[in-house]
Amino acid sequence: MRQVLMMLPTSAIRRPITALGVLFLVVIVIFAAASPWIAPYPPDVMDPVNRLLPPGGDHLMGTDHFGRDTFSRVVFGARLALLIGVGVVAFALGTGVPIGVLSALFPALGRVLMRMVDVLMSFPSLLLALGLIVILGQGVFNAILAIGLIYLTTTARIVYGVALRLKAEPYVEAARSAGAGTWWIVTRHILPNMISPLLVQASFVFAFAQLGAASLDFLGLGAPPEIPSWGNMLAESRIYITRASWLLLWPGLMIVLTAFSLNLVGDALRDRMDPRFREMVRR
Amino acid sequence: MSRYVIRRTGAAIMTLIAASIVIFAFIHLIPGDPVYVMLGDGATPEQVAALRDRLGLDEPLVMQYLIWAGNALRGDLGVSIFFETPVTQVIAEGAETSILLASVTMVWIILIGVPVGILAAIRQGTLIDQGLSGLAMLAASLPTFWVGLYLILIFAAGLGWFPSSGYPSIFEEGGLVNLRYLVLPSLALAAPNAALILRLTRASMLDVAREDYIRTARAKGIRPTRVVLRHILRNALLAVVSAFGFTFAALISEAVVTETVFALPGIGRTVVQSILRRDYPVIQGVILITVCLYLVINLIVDLSYRYLDPRVELE
Repeated sequence: MRQVLMMLPTSAIRRPITALGVLFLVVIVIFAAASPWIAPYPPDVMDPVNRLLPPGGDHLMGTDHFGRDTFSRVVFGARLALLIGVGVVAFALGTGVPIGVLSALFPALGRVLMRMVDVLMSFPSLLLALGLIVILGQGVFNAILAIGLIYLTTTARIVYGVALRLKAEPYVEAARSAGAGTWWIVTRHILPNMISPLLVQASFVFAFAQLGAASLDFLGLGAPPEIPSWGNMLAESRIYITRASWLLLWPGLMIVLTAFSLNLVGDALRDRMDPRFREMVRR
Repeated sequence: MSRYVIRRTGAAIMTLIAASIVIFAFIHLIPGDPVYVMLGDGATPEQVAALRDRLGLDEPLVMQYLIWAGNALRGDLGVSIFFETPVTQVIAEGAETSILLASVTMVWIILIGVPVGILAAIRQGTLIDQGLSGLAMLAASLPTFWVGLYLILIFAAGLGWFPSSGYPSIFEEGGLVNLRYLVLPSLALAAPNAALILRLTRASMLDVAREDYIRTARAKGIRPTRVVLRHILRNALLAVVSAFGFTFAALISEAVVTETVFALPGIGRTVVQSILRRDYPVIQGVILITVCLYLVINLIVDLSYRYLDPRVELE
């Protein structure tokens, strides 16, 4: 794990744009952790006199149709973005890894489990998420489950493939013939060797969770409207865009840059680690 | 070959049956009595009894499934609670918009994604490649509705080049000119998907370029442009073309958001409205049809892949 994380700075230097991505993600984390201190106004205080003010003056990014400070809402929005990302990654990996590893180790169980994953994968991803929202109801936690379910399937597939390959490695067979139990093999050989593909997958899932959550918010089926999420901000400002285009700019930019930064990090990690890819880069 | 076709088709049918059970269970997983959930609290006992009877909710679950699946096989997906017309009719009304939107979007994806991907692969490692690959990753990080809103702001509200919302059928007044209503929505929907096809084209080209037969071709002294066009491109595009199938199926689902932004009367917007109206038979019907579509496309891609690339047989 430490080896993997140590690789990050070198690849970031190699590609300055990735370093910018990492920097942006650090800013997001700081926004989320210290939002009450960074935001000049509380995110939900309405000020009807100062509604739809353009950026500048007392309001760095202008105000919305209720006179709420856009910058403050953008800062507080980082909290939900991180919560959704961490939640979706935790759910997708927390379910996908056991399903994939168990399927690879026990072929009989694997046939059933991977078949179920196939069935879930035959659902168009957004419709699957929407169907789950209909059953569970609207809410932040349910949005995490709905988006997490989409990435449970892809994670399980990847883990299954990697675990099958690792299982066939000579050192795993050697350990097994030396009398190592299944638990030993999983914790000492399979999981540690899986960390790099999992990190790559985690950063991509984190990125796509941002886009998925924003879509749900926009359809009015994600976070409740009182929560200042970037998706909700876009949904609310939709009818004012011709009069106040800055309302469209900031929250959208935050979503794009967060997803972009995470994709950059994921790509850099993959470049560093996947031998097949490394070989291609060298040529 | 024919054994493979039968096995592969059988697997697709099994997946469809399993998926249909999930879709059937959907209406029973919604908390509360589905009849009251759909009709609201103000429903009269007669209405409740009628709907309960129509949905067959008094039968045992297994019977309910068999009745529902049997009806679906005969093309009867039930009746919309809101419109009180057959679900198939509700879906058919949105089909033109959704299919045309997905088709126009595919044109953009192919016109932009494939050539630019080829360019990036040919110029691999250069500034052009890095710039294009970076742009592709940025495009893949774009929420389609945000792109859509900006397109409306610039090209509809600002310049007035294209309409901002709605879509009249091409079979009505205006004819094919009505396709201009789909220009902005299809561009918004194409942006992230063209980026994915670009990345796939590039990766696939580079994969093929490492094959032994490419080295052989170069060693034989075949001109580099000919190696790229005849040897690399033709083989690389196989993987790309097979991805078109999944992309098309995915567009039908992703269009849910785009159709909402541009107020297009398609299947996607019907789904969102049906969720808000608690019109569950329509949601069930749309999901069932899109899953069928996905499985059929998947099957065709798999079978044709095997036909086009005999090496797949070795696996």
